[in-house]
Amino acid sequence: MNIECPLPMETLATDSEEMVRLGHGSGGELTERLLQNFVFPYIDNRWIQQGHDSATLPLDGSRLVFTTDSFVVSPLFFPGGNIGTLAVYGTVNDLAMSGARPKYLSCGLILEEGLPLKQLARIMQSMGRAAAEVGVQLVTGDTKVVEKGKGDGVYINTSGIGVLAAPQPIHPRQIAASDAIILSGDIGRHGMAVMAAREGLDFENPLHSDCAPLCDPVMALLAAAIDVHCLRDLTRGGLATALVELAESSHMQMQVHEDQIPVTECVQGACELLGLDPMYVANEGRFLLFVPANQQQAALEILQAFDVSAGSRVIGEVIGLVDDAGTADVILSNALGSERLLCRLPGEQLPRIC
Amino acid sequence: MQYLTEYRERASVEKISAEIQRITTRPWALMEVCGGQTHAIAKYGLQQLLPPEIELLHGPGCPVCVTSLAIIDQAIAIAARPEVIFCSFGDMLRVPGSHSDLLSVKAAGGDVRTVYSPMDALALAQVHPDRQVVFFAIGFETTAPANAMAVFQAQRKGLGNFSLLVSQFLVPPAIETICADGDTRVQGFLAAGHVCAITGFEAYQPLAQRIRRPIVVTGFEPLDILEGVLMCVRQLEQGTCDVQNQYARAVPREGNRPAREMLQRVFEISPQHWRGVGEIAGSGLRLRPQYSAFDANQRFPRVTTGRDDSRGCISGQIMQGRSKPDDCPHFGKACRPQSPLGAPMVSSEGPCAAYYRYASRYASRYANRKPARSQYEKQELPNEH
Repeated sequence: MNIECPLPMETLATDSEEMVRLGHGSGGELTERLLQNFVFPYIDNRWIQQGHDSATLPLDGSRLVFTTDSFVVSPLFFPGGNIGTLAVYGTVNDLAMSGARPKYLSCGLILEEGLPLKQLARIMQSMGRAAAEVGVQLVTGDTKVVEKGKGDGVYINTSGIGVLAAPQPIHPRQIAASDAIILSGDIGRHGMAVMAAREGLDFENPLHSDCAPLCDPVMALLAAAIDVHCLRDLTRGGLATALVELAESSHMQMQVHEDQIPVTECVQGACELLGLDPMYVANEGRFLLFVPANQQQAALEILQAFDVSAGSRVIGEVIGLVDDAGTADVILSNALGSERLLCRLPGEQLPRIC
Repeated sequence: MQYLTEYRERASVEKISAEIQRITTRPWALMEVCGGQTHAIAKYGLQQLLPPEIELLHGPGCPVCVTSLAIIDQAIAIAARPEVIFCSFGDMLRVPGSHSDLLSVKAAGGDVRTVYSPMDALALAQVHPDRQVVFFAIGFETTAPANAMAVFQAQRKGLGNFSLLVSQFLVPPAIETICADGDTRVQGFLAAGHVCAITGFEAYQPLAQRIRRPIVVTGFEPLDILEGVLMCVRQLEQGTCDVQNQYARAVPREGNRPAREMLQRVFEISPQHWRGVGEIAGSGLRLRPQYSAFDANQRFPRVTTGRDDSRGCISGQIMQGRSKPDDCPHFGKACRPQSPLGAPMVSSEGPCAAYYRYASRYASRYANRKPARSQYEKQELPNEH
């Protein structure tokens, strides 16, 4: 039998890079390559090199933390939140993950012609409430309108300024061998809630987004002098992508245990239905915490006192530095007693075909 | 979820695993036919739970992987037409054609949509009477009845703007072709449970006798697969070559009769080209003449495929069980999911994607490592309902 695969190897590798695709925004490997090849080379400076969601800037004797994020969710309203709450919490959470107390936000609105003004009012009301809840001020903004068909109703950009509350840097480079890896709750709720709303899927128990601000538990950890090595909120790309990114940034081997990673039955069922892996589904109210193993219990007790992180638990540990030949792996111990490696989300998660 | 969790229980898995270990006296190479099974094997690390004598080879049951370059080029050409709404399952969007792929067509402005069912495409045709709605009807016996139903309904509704681009495959002829190769290492087959849920497995009885190898109709959960392996190994150790049904909870002997009738009403058997393998007689489906008006190949101009050369992707070798994905020199280097050189790296059912996602470096670097259990394993899971 003739065994050949008629595939045009050389052309594909280059052709596939010619245009921006949806997968470039997935937060996974394609996003990383987009940034490394087409963004970072042109804006190289020591702050961007920090490789963090926020930049810590020395300014007039204090250490300000600055971040920005854009929100393009469809549908605009979903169970558990809307684009307005996301736009506040998302940026506030980026600051919190650097150990900063959020202070001020900006708000850039890009509105599509035809958007009902009632919807805009609901979104802005949510933003106002969310900001008040977190204790930040929306202090500046901008509004643009694009033609019908050139936007999904509303796009929102928020930038945030906070003041560093952590005595030590909180950064992937601080992750150390034998650190405990703590996850703040069940995963996959935001992504599945949005997907269910988008696709019109009705489940017996409706899925609600986990969209929430994370500053309170983080500030409590710092106030209790927990030696926080690293924090990372789980957004696009989900838990798996966040772990792999942290392993690569810290050059550490990590091991996590599947049976310690909580997934609600509702999320699990929706993922089974659509052929998705909850490890790669987006979250908006969950984070990872790396602390020395001897502080894990104290950290857990603090986190579990807050509603948003009541489900915190240790899901694994940092094994140690990779050797020169090795790559930074995240090993997942399956509930069955076997192991596999986690990788970044390669592109978009697409539903399976059969 | 109980219907799933009971097939992922560690105690049951360990019991079957121990039984396989107990009865295995010599090396055996088994092929799981379906790409869904390949992914479950990689995802759950099932090879690690088998004795070293048992080797799992990955079969041709990934519909994306076996779809020919010519039909993908045709899909891309149709999708790029301004009057067309091109509907496809998600997996096909990334598969490279000669010069492009469907996601690139979408990025360039083509109306390419991901759907979950051909009936979704049919609904689009009803609400967009001014557009041509084309559904990319790929897959095995599993997808064919729903595709047939869409055409049947389209005819009943008199929809002149709906058509299928058909690339349907039948599994048994592929199994026979693999076994016709004197060099094949495959000694037993785990047949695809989903396929048999439609077709039943009566046809597999004479096939097993012709190929002189056991065939076990097998499901997709970890316990299903290990049970399928156990039943297959038991036969091999006893020197029998029968058909057994591990997946009895989903697969009756005669399959799904209404689905089979719908399939036969709309489709007829045809030769089919399998990517990396070539043409296999009687291994495909095409629309019967009375439904030819719904054939996208007749509605739109045919394109000739630009390239037909082999440049190193060993998909054919892999899908016939001759090689493993990480035997390929390009695996994980030039060929990765975000820059695939071959379809097996693209599809969520593809063996190379499974290795890359779940097992690649692990497979080579940790093959002999005992799975570690940490101090945390005794933590109780709270009630998450």
